[in-house]
Amino acid sequence: MNEAIGESVATPPRLEWQVASVVSVTQETPRARTLVLAVPRWAGHRAGQHVDLRLVAEDGYQAQRSYSIASAPADGMVALTVERLDDGEVSPYLCDVVQPGDGVELRGPIGGYFVWEPAQRGPLFLVAGGSGIVPLMAMLRQRGRADVAARAQVPVRLLYSARTLDDVIYRAELEQLADASQAEVVLTLTRQAPPGWSGYHRRVDRTMLEAVSWPSSDEPNVYVCGPTSLVESVATLLVELGHAASRVRTERFGPTG
Amino acid sequence: MQTEELRLDGNAAGGVLRELFVQDMTAALGTCAGCGATGPVATLLEYGHGMGIVLRCPTCDTPVLRIVRTTGLLRVDLSGIRFLSIPSTIDE
Amino acid sequence: MADKPFIARGFHGRRAAAPPGRLPPGQYETRDFPVLSAGPTPHTSLTAWDFTIRGADDASPSVRWSWDELQALPHETPTVDIHCVTKWSKFDTKWEGVSVDTLLDAARAAGVANGAFVLAYCDGGYTTNLPLADVTGGKAWVAFGYDGAPLAPEHGGPARLLVPHLYFWKSAKWVRGLTLLPNDEPGFWEQLGYHDRGDPWREQRYRGDP
Ligand SMILES: Cc1cc2nc3c(=O)[nH]c(=O)nc-3n(C[C@H](O)[C@H](O)[C@H](O)COP(=O)(O)OP(=O)(O)OC[C@H]3O[C@@H](n4cnc5c(N)ncnc54)[C@H](O)[C@@H]3O)c2cc1C
Ligand SMILES: [Zn+2]
Repeated sequence: MNEAIGESVATPPRLEWQVASVVSVTQETPRARTLVLAVPRWAGHRAGQHVDLRLVAEDGYQAQRSYSIASAPADGMVALTVERLDDGEVSPYLCDVVQPGDGVELRGPIGGYFVWEPAQRGPLFLVAGGSGIVPLMAMLRQRGRADVAARAQVPVRLLYSARTLDDVIYRAELEQLADASQAEVVLTLTRQAPPGWSGYHRRVDRTMLEAVSWPSSDEPNVYVCGPTSLVESVATLLVELGHAASRVRTERFGPTG
Repeated sequence: MQTEELRLDGNAAGGVLRELFVQDMTAALGTCAGCGATGPVATLLEYGHGMGIVLRCPTCDTPVLRIVRTTGLLRVDLSGIRFLSIPSTIDE
Repeated sequence: MADKPFIARGFHGRRAAAPPGRLPPGQYETRDFPVLSAGPTPHTSLTAWDFTIRGADDASPSVRWSWDELQALPHETPTVDIHCVTKWSKFDTKWEGVSVDTLLDAARAAGVANGAFVLAYCDGGYTTNLPLADVTGGKAWVAFGYDGAPLAPEHGGPARLLVPHLYFWKSAKWVRGLTLLPNDEPGFWEQLGYHDRGDPWREQRYRGDP
């Protein structure tokens, strides 16, 4: 727990709302898309941080939500990936309406707990549910930018729970990481699996975590992110498996994610 | 849908906490006035669903921090928190 | 923050048209029943559950109903519109419960010290304050049925206060009793600046709103 203190704290002086402009949009999956933003005043960010986004309608009605930063700090831009919830208020707007050239109001970067720094030694175990992959992708991307020697210090495994194979965000990039032996990527599909699927086909459970995670004696740094119910069950199971609670960092995205 | 599925955590309050404390507070350690448990503010459980932010102790459910934005005012109730240890950015 | 807000092109929020005159200002109609709560869902068994009306000072007698005793009182089935301060309203919600008048009559007969205000208290520690006049005269219930079924825990079951003419945070979930008070005492949200009365038609959201 005391680890939280003493880490570098890159905090710009004041958190202010500003209007970022949408540079490009990329459809990641049928239900998720990435917005690349140009943010006028951006002091840099850390992998795992998020921004608060605020939408104001003509008549003053407002909605505010948080979105994690998908890009690595060194990428020189801010990318968000938003999963569309059919009955949602903000995500359908970001997925269907927003186009390059539009402005969106945001403030950030935010967060100092759910962040990963390359200087943190030891294996990195990432567990994602749905759009919970987004901040973990920033970590994978940041690690990917490091040299071979630095990467060897930090072996990484990702356990990623998605509804179907088509819902796996960043699938091509994850496959590349796995093919290049840069990361071990384990998928589990909770709904439909394609014919011939040999991977996991159920919700993350104790047996799966035992099989995929490093033993607690290896003291991995664990990051769990996604829907609240997944985050809470995974964190509880990992602690039951002997991982120190202070090494299991969690971020809840809410009812879906 | 149970209220537990809807809850978030202290990470989600990171933005408004920066308004109050200027620097990041999610990595700060808070001690619950109810049960004495200490942990990062990010691990507190967030409820409120639009009325405000209620950050509760994950051990005993005491409301550790409560924040409401009214017209022109940001109000915070700190009575549930005994200590805060904030990583310091200022060199001695 | 004082600067002119940036308008998000083509953003309308989750709002739909509603029959005129039925929506208080600033509200939109929802068909869902969003969950609003300030804490986790408590789980109190019906055998342990009771409802108490007490006076402000400890010397005052109090009256207590067990679950079965409450059920034995006359039921009412109001159909009402509800309005949440987070801006959604839901029309024609169907409830079943006991009128607060019935309970207060019994309290008065038992000599519970009267007051001009009530503080509702709940499992989980939630409280909310209301003028007595807003929970009397057929305007408030202790509700345990919703839409023909027992009230679900996430919506306040086994029982919640129902005061539909005020913002819905006054309709305290998981209610366990009322304290009659001579002076108004702010509840959970009211301490943080929410309005002591909370009339949606006057948009009494925050303290100081007219
Ligand atoms: C720190 C943080 C980072 C995040 N990062 C990302 C990210 O990178 N990508 C991403 O896609 N999402 C992310 N999220 C989630 C995101 O903030 C939004 O919650 C999400 O986009 C849904 O917003 P919405 O307005 O579309 O849906 P909403 O309108 O908020 O609804 C979401 C769902 O919950 C249900 N719901 C909401 N409120 C209630 C209620 N009171 N009662 C009952 N049901 C309710 C709705 O019916 C719907 O199914 C993050 C969340 C947090 C806290
Ligand atoms: Zn506690």
